[in-house]
Amino acid sequence: MPDYNWPDAEHRTLIGKRISRVDSPIKVSGRAKYTYDYHGANMLFGKILRSPYAKAKIVSIDTSAAEKLPGVKAVEIIQKPGTTAQWAGDEIVAVAAVDESTAEDAVRLIRVNYQPMSYLVSDAEPPAGAGEAAGPMSEDDIDDAISNQVPDAQLAQSLQEYGVAFKVDDDFLNDMKGEGASDAVLAAIRQASYHAAKGGGHSAYQKTAAQTHGDPDKAFAEADVVSEGLYGAPVIVHCCLEPHGSVSEWTDKDHLFTHISTQNVSGIAAQMADPLGVSAANIRVHQDNIGGGFGSKFAADRWDITAARLSKKAGGKPVRIMLERDAELKVAGARPSAYARVKVAAKKDGTITAWQSQSWGTGGPGGGGMPPVPYVFGIPNQHKEHTAIRTNIGPARAWRAPNHPQAAVITMGALDDLAAKLNMDPLDLWLKNLEIAGPRRDVYREELAIAADLMGWKEKWRPRGQNVSGHIARGLGLSIHTWGGRGHESDCDLTIHSDGSVDIKMGTQDLGTGTRTTIVIVAAETLGIPIEAINLYIGDTLYPPSGGSGGSTTPGGVSSSTRRAAVDAREALFAKVAPALNAQPADLECVNSTVRVKGDPRRSLTWKQACSKMGAMPLTARGHNDQLPSKNHPDLTNSGVGGVGMADVEADLETGIVKIKKMVAVQDCGLIIDLKTAESSCYGALAMGISYALFEEKVMDQATGRMLNPNMEFYRLAGLNDIPELVVHMMTGKGYDERGVIGLGEPPVISPGAAIANAVANAIGARVSFLPITPDKVLAALNVTQKAGA
Amino acid sequence: MQDHPLKDEPKEKVDENSGVSRRDFLKISTISAAAVPILGTKVVQAAGEPVKVYGPGKVPVELIVNGQKHALQLEPRVTLLDALRDQLEITGAKRVCDRAECGACTVMIENKAVYACTVLAIEAQGKAITTVESMMQGETLHSIQQAFVDNDASQCGFCTPGFVVAFKAVLDKYPDATPEQIRHGLSGNLCRCGTYHGIHLAIAQTTQKGA
Repeated sequence: MPDYNWPDAEHRTLIGKRISRVDSPIKVSGRAKYTYDYHGANMLFGKILRSPYAKAKIVSIDTSAAEKLPGVKAVEIIQKPGTTAQWAGDEIVAVAAVDESTAEDAVRLIRVNYQPMSYLVSDAEPPAGAGEAAGPMSEDDIDDAISNQVPDAQLAQSLQEYGVAFKVDDDFLNDMKGEGASDAVLAAIRQASYHAAKGGGHSAYQKTAAQTHGDPDKAFAEADVVSEGLYGAPVIVHCCLEPHGSVSEWTDKDHLFTHISTQNVSGIAAQMADPLGVSAANIRVHQDNIGGGFGSKFAADRWDITAARLSKKAGGKPVRIMLERDAELKVAGARPSAYARVKVAAKKDGTITAWQSQSWGTGGPGGGGMPPVPYVFGIPNQHKEHTAIRTNIGPARAWRAPNHPQAAVITMGALDDLAAKLNMDPLDLWLKNLEIAGPRRDVYREELAIAADLMGWKEKWRPRGQNVSGHIARGLGLSIHTWGGRGHESDCDLTIHSDGSVDIKMGTQDLGTGTRTTIVIVAAETLGIPIEAINLYIGDTLYPPSGGSGGSTTPGGVSSSTRRAAVDAREALFAKVAPALNAQPADLECVNSTVRVKGDPRRSLTWKQACSKMGAMPLTARGHNDQLPSKNHPDLTNSGVGGVGMADVEADLETGIVKIKKMVAVQDCGLIIDLKTAESSCYGALAMGISYALFEEKVMDQATGRMLNPNMEFYRLAGLNDIPELVVHMMTGKGYDERGVIGLGEPPVISPGAAIANAVANAIGARVSFLPITPDKVLAALNVTQKAGA
Repeated sequence: MQDHPLKDEPKEKVDENSGVSRRDFLKISTISAAAVPILGTKVVQAAGEPVKVYGPGKVPVELIVNGQKHALQLEPRVTLLDALRDQLEITGAKRVCDRAECGACTVMIENKAVYACTVLAIEAQGKAITTVESMMQGETLHSIQQAFVDNDASQCGFCTPGFVVAFKAVLDKYPDATPEQIRHGLSGNLCRCGTYHGIHLAIAQTTQKGA
C-alpha cells in the first residue's frame, strides 16, 4: 500500500511554512465573486414580508394588489393562514419582481391580518419556581422543534433524554420528513422511549435534570474558601457581512441551479430536493466565495426554498433573495445566551474541590441546552441545574465553537474570582489545578508558560484593583479552552495531464479560513511541484462531495482526501514513468518539479517530461477521507486541542470605557499545513473575541417583542482602532506535528471573552458579570464595590 | 450636507405651471415608492428656486465609472451602489449594511471616499467614480493591495475592497500619511472575520515604503 503518511519535517518543503493564501489577489482586487455578486440573465429580485409580531396567528393574507403591480412576476405564500409566526421577522409572503424597488413596493401592498399572541423574548433569570420539569415530547413539541429549526443534535438529545408521549408510527415519521426532519432526527424519534404524557401546560422555562457528581455538599462544608458569583454571555448574532441568501433558476422544468451563500456546498441539494419535489441529482449548487458563515450557513433556508419556488412560478427565471441587513440580524441565526450563579470551593493551597451552578439561557424557540460547565476542569464534586428558556427571539444556530465561549466565561470567571478570594495569582491557580484539566493538561502547562512569557504576566500582574494610575486601572486575565476537530467526509479528484498540468476538484468551500490554500499546499508538497502549477476547482456539486465546514473539521477532511488522491496519482505516474528511468516505481520520488530515482538524482526527468510518458490520457485518482477515523488507514487527522488566551486591559474608572492593550493566544492544532493562515485564524478569533466581549448583544425588547438593534450602528462590531497588539503562538514540532491535521476554526475564539472579563475584574477590582462589558456595566460594578466597601 | 447637485444649473426652462407645489415636491420625494406614471425630468419652483425633479419612474442617468461612461435608465431612488452592482455588474463594492455603517461599499467620487449605499446614482452623475476594480495595473496589484496580500489582511474578503478603496483615498490625499492617519481613514470600515491585525501590518508596510 502506498505510504499516505505526512512527510517528516526534513522532507517538508511547503507544509508548515508561511504561505500567502492563494485567493488573496482576487479578493483584494474586487475580482472575487460571491453569491451576492451573481447576476443571472433576466434576474428577478425577491423580497419577503415578515411578521411584525414576536408571535401571532396568521388570520388572512391578501396578495391581490401586489400581484397586480406591474413588474411583479410571482408571489409565494410561505406561511399560510392558520399557522403561527414564531418570531418578529418570521417569513410570511415573498414576491419576485423585475427590480428590487418594485419588489419592495409589492411587499408593501400585501395585507396580512394577524392575531397577536403572548410571547417571551427576555432571557432574564427565571422567576423562582417557574421552571417546569421537561417531560416526554408530544407530537406538537416535535413538530414545533422542527419548524423552529431547533438544531438536529439538540432535538435528538431531547428525544433521547425525555422520550415521547405518544406512539410513533410511519405516518408521523413521514409528516416530519415532509417538514424537513433530517435522518438523524427521524432515527432519534424512532428510538425515543415512550412515556405517559405529562400533565400541565407548556412553560417557557424548562428545567433540565439536575446533575450531581461526587459529594458536593460535603466538599463545600469542608472547603477552606468558597467563592460565589454571577457570570454570563448574552445572545449574539453572526452578522456575516455577506448575508444569507441565494439565486435560484430552473434551467428546465426538472433542473434547478442554485447559487447560494453556504458553508455546505455538497449538502445543500439534499435539503432542497424534498420541499421542491425534485430529485437531489437534478439540483446543481454553486458558490465561488462566501462572505462569512461562522456556523450559520449550513442549511438550505426557508428563503432559499422560496427563491426556487418563485423562480418556478416565474417560468424558471433566476430569482435572487439575499437578506437585508435587518433581516440578517433578526432571523439568520443567533448564539444562545448562558448565565449562571456559581459557587466554587477550594482548599487554602488552591486545590479546587467543588462546583455548584444554577444556569439558564435561551437558544430561541428550542430553549437550548446546558453549557458544558465547569469548562475544561473536571472538578471532582459538582451539582448543576439548568433552565432552558423558550423564547420568540428567532432560531439559534451554531456560532463558532457552540456553547464553549459561554462555558468559558462562566467557568473561568468563577475560578478567577476564587483566585482573588484566595489571594492567589490566577496563573498559579490554573497551574495548580491542571491535573484535573483533562487529556490536554500537559499541553496547557506548556502553553501557559509560553503565553505568560509573551504577555509578561509575572512582571505585569498585580492583585485586583492595585494597578491604578489616576483614573486608569490596568489588569490581566486568562482563560483556557479545548475543542475536538477530526476530519469530515471528503472526496478529492486529482488529475495529472500529459502536459504536466494538474487539476483538483472538490465540492468543498473556503470560508476565508484558507481551505483553498491548504488543498494546493498538500497536493504540491506530495507531487513536488509549485502550488501555482495546480488548478483548484471547488464550490460546486459537479465536483466530488466534501463535508460542510463546521466544527473545525475541514482542514482534516480536505487535507486527508487531497493527500490520498495526490499519493495515488503520484504512484500511478511512477508506474508509467519507471521504464523510462530504468527503475522500479517504488524507487522513484517527486522533488523540485522532477521525477527521479531515489539516491541517484542524475536519473531524473522534469515533471513535464515525466507526465508526457503517460500518453494522451490524463490520470485521475480519487482520495477519500472517512469521518470515522477507524476507516482511514492511516488516519491523517486527529482530535482534541488545548489553547490559552490572555488579555491585558485598561479601564477608565470615570467613564467606564474598557480598552484592550494586548492579547495573547497560544494554540495547538496538530500538524499545521499553512502557518500564515493558521495564525490569521487566531488573530481573527482574538478580534472577534474583543468584539463579543465589549460590544455585541442581540438586544430584545419585551414590550414589542422585537430586536432593537438590527443594524450595524447599534449592533456594534469591533473596528480597527479597537484592536491592539495581538500576539499569536502556534505550538509546532515534536508532540504536535505527528498528531496529524486538526482544524482551527473554533478553538481560538473561545477564550478571549473570558480572558477579557477576568482582566477587567483584575483592573477595577470588581466583577462585571455579563458580557458585553459596556461602560455602564463597568460603572455599575464599581458602584456596587464602593458601596460594599463604604 | 452637500448642496443639491443641480441647484446651480437653472439652464432648463422652468415650468411655472407644473402644478407641483413645495408640499407636493416633498411628498413626491418621500413617497416615490408608490407606482406613479413616468413624468420624466422637469424643473419646478421649490423654496423660490428652480429645482430639477427626477421621476418618479425611470430617468436617464449617466455615470462615469473608472473613466468609462455608462448610460442607464434608473429610478431616482436607486443608490449608486445598486446601480454599480445590479446595472453595471461592477461588484467589488459590497452591499452589507446598506445605511452607511460598515464601509464595505466604499468607492471614490472625485477622489473622496464615500459610502456608495448612501449616495443616489443621480447625485453621482458627471463625477469621476472610482471603484476597487480600477486599482490593478494590468496584472500588477496596487501597493496597498499587495500589502494586504503580504500580510494576510483578508479572510472571507467581503469587507476587503471597501478597506482597500478607503485606504487609497487617504493616500491619494495625504501621500505621506502616518499610520495613525490611515487608521483614522479606515475607522469607517468594519470586518467580521477580524483581519485587523493584518490590516495594521499592511498599514505599516505601506507607510514604511512611503507608497
